[in-house]
Amino acid sequence: MKEILEGSHAVAEAVRLCRPQVVSAYPITPQTHIVEALASMVADCKLDAEYICVESEFSALSACIGASTAGSRTYSATTAQGLALMFEVCFNAAGMRLPIVMTIANRAMSAPLSIWNDQQDSISLRDSGWIQLYAEDNQEALDLHLLAYRVCEDHDILLPAFVCFDGFILSHTYEPVDMPAQEEVDAYLPAFNPYQRLDAKDPISFGMYATPDYYMEFRYENQRAMLRAKEAIVKYGTLFKEQFGRDYSGLIEGYELEDAEIALVAMGSICGTVKDAIDEMRKDGIKVGLLKIRCFRPFPDEEIAAALAHVKTVAILDKNVSLGSKGAVGLEIKDVLYGSSIAVYDYILGLGGRDIRKKDIRAITKLAEQGSGDMFYGLREELL
Amino acid sequence: MVDKSIENFECGHRACGGCGAATAVRMILKGAGEDVIVVSPTGCLEVFTTPYPETAWKVPWIHSLFENAAAVASGIEASLKRQGRSEKVLVIGGDGATVDIGMLCLSGAFERNHDITYICYDNEAYMNTGIQRSGATPFDASTSTSPAGSCSMGNKHAKKDVPAILAAHGSPYVATASLSYPTDLMKKVETAVNTPGATYIQVHAPCCTGWGFEGDQTVAVGKLAIETGLWVNYEMINGVVKKAKKVKRKPVEEYLSVQKRFRHLFKPKRNEEEIAKIQAIADANAAKFGIDI
Amino acid sequence: MPLNVGCTARPGRGRDNKTGSWRVFYPIFTEETCSGCEICILLCPEGCIEKQGEKKYVPDLDYCKGCGLCAEECPGDAITMEKEEK
Repeated sequence: MKEILEGSHAVAEAVRLCRPQVVSAYPITPQTHIVEALASMVADCKLDAEYICVESEFSALSACIGASTAGSRTYSATTAQGLALMFEVCFNAAGMRLPIVMTIANRAMSAPLSIWNDQQDSISLRDSGWIQLYAEDNQEALDLHLLAYRVCEDHDILLPAFVCFDGFILSHTYEPVDMPAQEEVDAYLPAFNPYQRLDAKDPISFGMYATPDYYMEFRYENQRAMLRAKEAIVKYGTLFKEQFGRDYSGLIEGYELEDAEIALVAMGSICGTVKDAIDEMRKDGIKVGLLKIRCFRPFPDEEIAAALAHVKTVAILDKNVSLGSKGAVGLEIKDVLYGSSIAVYDYILGLGGRDIRKKDIRAITKLAEQGSGDMFYGLREELL
Repeated sequence: MVDKSIENFECGHRACGGCGAATAVRMILKGAGEDVIVVSPTGCLEVFTTPYPETAWKVPWIHSLFENAAAVASGIEASLKRQGRSEKVLVIGGDGATVDIGMLCLSGAFERNHDITYICYDNEAYMNTGIQRSGATPFDASTSTSPAGSCSMGNKHAKKDVPAILAAHGSPYVATASLSYPTDLMKKVETAVNTPGATYIQVHAPCCTGWGFEGDQTVAVGKLAIETGLWVNYEMINGVVKKAKKVKRKPVEEYLSVQKRFRHLFKPKRNEEEIAKIQAIADANAAKFGIDI
Repeated sequence: MPLNVGCTARPGRGRDNKTGSWRVFYPIFTEETCSGCEICILLCPEGCIEKQGEKKYVPDLDYCKGCGLCAEECPGDAITMEKEEK
């Protein structure tokens, strides 16, 4: 059913449709509207779940670990500082192979304190073993939650997932979305069937410690599960298309990429702006296209290599920076394209909610064409 | 009725010979019954029971992190409630994980009054990492981070009163117990597990390795702690102290002198001033709980 | 043998670790002075003392660490600790 919803409310409704049994909630801008909406649903008996108002984000994810191992589909949402507080819990959940889905309303990291959008938070946890999906718009934001649960709960995968959508830009923006019906979601996402659980009738010890004789193999198994997740995303993304009509079978998506000479690479809401800018630039005869990364972890290296093989120049738009080095997406793309003769440039932009307009995309495209790259874009020189 | 024949703790675990925690946990599991899920934070108990692939636990058990056992237990309880399941949720964790790093999650779980029982085996230091001072370390005890030396008498701070903190959270049942009085301990565990809401027991678990005494003295040392008034066994029902164990009190030095962690109070010479301070703590406990016969 | 997903394990393998090898002293149980109170069973940190008959309590020497708690606490002095022959 078509509705006009604020991004957070679209996400909350999608989560409701996924029938979580336990939701843990802690407020932090800009995800708070999600957990507030879920609380309302529980209060009005529209969502049949245990709703725990936890005492910190650290406890929020810890409670999810408990609920998941006890056999419940579980959910939480956070951002930036909250996600950072959950740092060790994230590694723990992934290591314990728990299919927890968590929304990240991407926000900049303090200090300086900023409530506005960039992608530093989830990107900084790229090593943690969580699947990472990035939404371009509110429709993707809601759809990706269904896809995430389906992929994560597959017994060959059993990994947790972040569904990332840009804070304020998507979370607080009203967009038309097509909201699936409960029966449709139930047909796509069956009831949670845990691979193993805490059960007095069949006792298992969870979270044992691994000596050097075992630890590496456990990590390798996690890596293998991550790589299998690529196929699982394609499989369940295709199923999604059959069921709902929207295609999520691609870990990446190209826009005007097939004949492009310059490729812009981006994740998240910025892709919408980029597509509009590309339309304008194409009218001016610039052969530019977009490679949108929807799935950042597992990293779609082969898919990206194939999609970019024919271009001459690649400009990566990084809404994050690994201080002391470069943008995270840029570094990974360079790794994929190593050995090719493609010119690759990384642009750090949009940090802390700095606005990105079509003319910025045009300017970056020009910079890349001129061979000027690996820079922070759009700095206010008068402040430096 | 406690079923003493319950044996849900397997041989082959790697605790020190004479370990107070192992002894206490065997008793705790008898008091808790068969239908139980156990959560443990990182610590001696978790480490000596679960080196992959060997586990000493015959009940369902989970270890997540050092400080989040109470939050994990909250999540499990919520899930079981949703599923209509009957298992009791029991946290068994050490003092470091409970009174220090775990206070946040402990407070949250008790404030929300989840139907869980949190049992802290109190060996009065971070034993697993090599005997470091915790919030439960008693005054003047020597640990590796509060060592006695030429200008130090050991731990400078009083023992954190976690039972009082949790009673203030509105817990319906808070108790202290000791492995030296097993029947009392098992009965309290049974009561705690069967009392709806968030309940807490702090169990004194003397540690031969960390406190410095022979492994066969674990029970004897625990008895001395109680007989000197430095540990009081009591129950709090809805925040009101009932049934504190009464003793014919012995002077504190009978307890202090048998442990290496207090040796600096006696060698190279007796430190009357410090022993008097500790006696004052015992006297205050006696007055507060009315334990003197 | 392949790893268990998520570093988990079912009960059973704990017994693979025969801690009896740690022992320096071992307990000897005397039936004559035993009252059958079973405090030894309750206090053993290993839980390795088994009742095999009326007042017949046997430590499982595969696991007994020789800590001596049973001997120390037996009210009837029915248990003594002897040094292991090396």
